[in-house]
Amino acid sequence: MPLLEVKDLHVAFPKGKKGEVEALRGVDLVLEKGQRLGVVGESGAGKSMLAFAILNLIAEPGRVTQGSVTFDGNDLLGMSERQIRRIRGNRISMIFQDPMVTLNPVLSIGKQMIETLKAHRSISTREAHRLSVEKLNLVAIPSAESRMDAYPHELSGGLRQRVVIAIALLTDPELIIADEPTTALDVTIQAEIMSLILRLCRENDVALILITHDLGVVAEVTERIMIMYAGKCVETGRTRDIIDAPKHPYAVGLLKALPQNSAKGAKLYQIPGSMPPITNLPTGCPYHPRCERSTDECRASMPPLTQGVACFHPMHEQAETAQ
Amino acid sequence: MITWQGFLKRFLSDPVAIGAGIVLLILIVMAIFAPFIAPQNPYDLLQLNIMDSDMPPSWRDGGDERFWLGTDAQGRGVFSTIVYGTGISLLIGIGAVIVQGVLGVTLGLWAGYKGGWIDSFLMRMADIQMSLSTLMIAIIALALFKAAFDANIYADYAIFMLILIIGVAEWPKFARTVRSSVLGEKNKEYVDAARVIGLPARKVMWGHILPNTLTPVLVISTIQVAEAIMTEAALSFLGLGMPTDKPSLGSLIRSGFEFIFSGSWWITLYPAIVLVTLVLALNLLGDWLRDVLNPKLRRGDD
Repeated sequence: MPLLEVKDLHVAFPKGKKGEVEALRGVDLVLEKGQRLGVVGESGAGKSMLAFAILNLIAEPGRVTQGSVTFDGNDLLGMSERQIRRIRGNRISMIFQDPMVTLNPVLSIGKQMIETLKAHRSISTREAHRLSVEKLNLVAIPSAESRMDAYPHELSGGLRQRVVIAIALLTDPELIIADEPTTALDVTIQAEIMSLILRLCRENDVALILITHDLGVVAEVTERIMIMYAGKCVETGRTRDIIDAPKHPYAVGLLKALPQNSAKGAKLYQIPGSMPPITNLPTGCPYHPRCERSTDECRASMPPLTQGVACFHPMHEQAETAQ
Repeated sequence: MITWQGFLKRFLSDPVAIGAGIVLLILIVMAIFAPFIAPQNPYDLLQLNIMDSDMPPSWRDGGDERFWLGTDAQGRGVFSTIVYGTGISLLIGIGAVIVQGVLGVTLGLWAGYKGGWIDSFLMRMADIQMSLSTLMIAIIALALFKAAFDANIYADYAIFMLILIIGVAEWPKFARTVRSSVLGEKNKEYVDAARVIGLPARKVMWGHILPNTLTPVLVISTIQVAEAIMTEAALSFLGLGMPTDKPSLGSLIRSGFEFIFSGSWWITLYPAIVLVTLVLALNLLGDWLRDVLNPKLRRGDD
């Protein structure tokens, strides 16, 4: 049995009196225990929406209209609020993008950690304090004991993200969802934090869903990739295979857009146009207006996801992707 | 965030704040230790002597050493009644603000966090309440209360009624302030993070959002104490506040006002000076607090 299974997940927001727009339009995902998955896409592709939908935390007035999320045999979407709170933050934790704003500015680090533990375990404050310090040490925070009384504004960005990771690890979760965990950090700190997350996941056999738009990070950390476009998965498969030989024109474009893949001095490649807003999607394949290979078929109908790619005219030769 | 050291430093570098703080402290200490400070207990009828009535302050002709601010028509020392009356005024002011705060913060937090029809309903209620003046609500409620019960019961419970009525009438001010802060806070990621941790809505609201909205609450609390004291004084002046035998500053001003044209100006003037000083000190402190806690006006040195 897989650890997490998402089937045909649709999330919609009301628009106007009767209409609805879909932010997620049928996403499937299977994650084995200890497996690391990268979810890649442009801003607005629905990556964060997917994370919140898995935790059944879609903000009002949005709602899941169709599909299921099964975690270790439990149907997360059908659970009562009380039942799912036992899983949220306990067996599934989440790391957010910006540590400047994910920690409560008026509560000390220790208070926030102890509160998290006490929400899920019936333990004494002293024991919770001890466990918290232990986790702060685990994420290599110097003088952890004294940091327990510090407030978030007294720590640097990198340290704060380490605290956020320590909080995510407090309850020894089986799955961590990291929503762009390094985007808000300095480039030098990014690598440190990413390798910390990778090391902790490996050592504790924790599954990871890494949401990012940085294919470089995904290539280093994850085993599988899912590329999202306009609320749909357009390509999925083993990380190595996709990085070496992407099939969907969008994946090809993303890889081509990496600065390290363009010739020195040459103008950087960019995919023409931008992602359509979910309120105004084109017919057929949502990528067709930006796609070099689009045909009438693409304009008419949405290609199904077959063999890990949703495209009528996938790339096959590796030669086509290299410059 | 401002630290306590920075806070103290700002306080000590502002003469207006120091002045207002000292005045307020003196008045509060005076009110708390009233039985030890006042030469006479104006509530104890046995200590009053009708022969002492209408005496001018001690330094004037016909004055008496025992009553340095003179006496009123019942023979009570004006100074003693002021000392006790300040306590009653402060008690009503603070009590009313506690009622306002508890009601307003709870409803404002709820409205802001839940949104939707709960928010609309509570805020329309607040709008309706705000469109009726506090004084009007208080006058109607107190007049009914006064008519429904006899004078003794009214005298015993007047203080609670005043706290309750002024408290209930002014809750929208707190509710609107808290709600608007909550709307600003609730979309911040730390709130998402708290929900992702698995905390119930109650804990997210009270433990995480509320502490981030307390700054404006603190500021309006001070100003609302002054406002409640003024409202109470106005009601007492209209004869609907504290009864004459347990006077607040407002009822002292009223009882003296009847004699002002017969030359006994001291019965009204001295309580009025104390009332103005008390309200002024509270307002100055509130303004100072607002400036200090406003990050946009923050100076670089703290």
